[in-house]
Amino acid sequence: MTASVGREMKDRYRLAFRLYPYARSQDQDAATPVRHPVIVMGGGPVGIAMALDLGLRGVPVLVLDDHEGVGQGSRAICFSKRTLEICDRWGCGEALLEKGVVWNVGKVFHDDRQVFEFNLLPEEGHRFPAFINLPQPFFEKTLVERVRQAQAEGAPIEIRGRNRVTAVEARDDGVTLDVDTPDGPYRLQADWLIGCDGAGSPLRGMMGLDFEGRVFEDSFLIADIRMDGDFPTERWFWFEPWFRSGASTLLHKQPDGIWRVDFQIGWEVDRVKELKEENIRARLDAMLPGVTYEIVWSSIYTFQCRRMKKFRHGRVIFAGDSAHQVSPFGARGANSGIQDVDNLGWKLASVIRGEAPDALIDSYDDERRHAADENILKSTRSTDFISPKSRISHVFRNAVLDLAERHAFARPLVNSGRLSVPCTYDGLPLNGEDALPGGPARTRPGSPCPDAPLAGETLLRRLGGGFTLLCIDAEAPEVEGVERIALTSTDDPTGALSDRYLGAASGAVYLIRPDQHVAARWARATARDIEAALARACGRT
Amino acid sequence: MPLNTVANIPDPDGFYAELIAAHEGLSDDESVALNARLILLLANHIGDRSVLREALAEARRRDG
Repeated sequence: MTASVGREMKDRYRLAFRLYPYARSQDQDAATPVRHPVIVMGGGPVGIAMALDLGLRGVPVLVLDDHEGVGQGSRAICFSKRTLEICDRWGCGEALLEKGVVWNVGKVFHDDRQVFEFNLLPEEGHRFPAFINLPQPFFEKTLVERVRQAQAEGAPIEIRGRNRVTAVEARDDGVTLDVDTPDGPYRLQADWLIGCDGAGSPLRGMMGLDFEGRVFEDSFLIADIRMDGDFPTERWFWFEPWFRSGASTLLHKQPDGIWRVDFQIGWEVDRVKELKEENIRARLDAMLPGVTYEIVWSSIYTFQCRRMKKFRHGRVIFAGDSAHQVSPFGARGANSGIQDVDNLGWKLASVIRGEAPDALIDSYDDERRHAADENILKSTRSTDFISPKSRISHVFRNAVLDLAERHAFARPLVNSGRLSVPCTYDGLPLNGEDALPGGPARTRPGSPCPDAPLAGETLLRRLGGGFTLLCIDAEAPEVEGVERIALTSTDDPTGALSDRYLGAASGAVYLIRPDQHVAARWARATARDIEAALARACGRT
Repeated sequence: MPLNTVANIPDPDGFYAELIAAHEGLSDDESVALNARLILLLANHIGDRSVLREALAEARRRDG
């Protein structure tokens, strides 16, 4: 009845895919506000991923988004191996891989000279490549499709489009939300509220929380173009390119014949003028003489590197860009947001089920702030190299580029982006013992588990969504609440498992967390050792 | 011993950040002076005249 009122809710962006049209919910007719265990604010990649992780664990979750689907524009394009591995646990890694473009080679140019070439040289024995390129709307659509499938299988996930949160009141035991819809406002209660509402986070604003960091005084013009040009599937980066279309330029391939071009155009620019098609074409024509292309999408962006002081505020938790923002160099934005979800999902589910104390949520704050600091440090260094902020910094940058052409030593100093790898939670409270003499450093407690081929399978596929005890050529007792996987050298056809998990040791027992990070490891372990490490990893000690 | 031009600095990004930070807040002239002092310190550390001569020639190459 009131649907005909048609309250105007203006879109902030145009949709690429309309995936969750507004539908009136029974909650809007309830006499008292309905209480939900978890409400996620924001239906972007991080919010939908959060819903998927919790829903697949059986935790009822409601996503509120002020639009009805996925926004246009490719924005994030590089999705990392770790993101694909996490998505594979949710059942959509292969779908992403199938659609994405796999690349390994990167070339770096200065002016008209190639400075050097790198190969991400994917290590053998991983199900997923180091990176795929895929426009963000397709990434989001794939996640929403997986949600629909999970819902059909009974996962308690709900997405409400055109539901805009206008006010929140946070208490010690929950949050009250005022929500606006085309049918008018209503009120909801949540035990937990997760803010996945992006860099401009309205939630952060409503709660008056800080978001401090460094502004970079430079702007970047991105154009996604469709062209028939016969460029290889490589990442090409120019410092001070001969075609003078920007202080730096990036060319990167996406699916369906689309290419991402990114020009560094300086700080004091007239955005309206620069975004005129003729002006974008002038830059592109200089770069791609004689090539026919069509501009599919364009935008100008600036960025900051910053994070919230704390990601957890009682029953309100922030994840993804709402909690931390990095420069785009290194693909550390969306990828780190997915890792936030991976870290938070199992912890929140354990606390909601009463299996772990509330303090476990504080470890999300510790671990993901540690990761955000690493991402901010690495992307800031890349930005300082790409966009030197003083004359001397520019002189050194160009000296490195000059030397890198002839001398190997200078190449590791060339920084056009250090590509996203997952963080190791060194020295943080959930880590247990490292009692594996001779064990590889890459699998020390706190590390994300590297994949390894097993006979007919890969290791990460064998790890479930809970705690796992991985025994390799070693015995270990059964422990309640932990799934045990026993492998021997006969399960290790390539030797990769041994390289990555045994090193110089003859056998090992690993306790692995639900997010596939190592909790503790031993040469041999008693039930008491394992129980102590499990208690620690669940925040019980 | 010839000039070592293979990568020899652990944590190259960390070193580069320290190098640039050393110049923070300096004028161009002050930066040039800092670089001169730095070169002299490092040259003394190397000591070997043939290595220094080779490094000078390599550095000169681009201006040549």
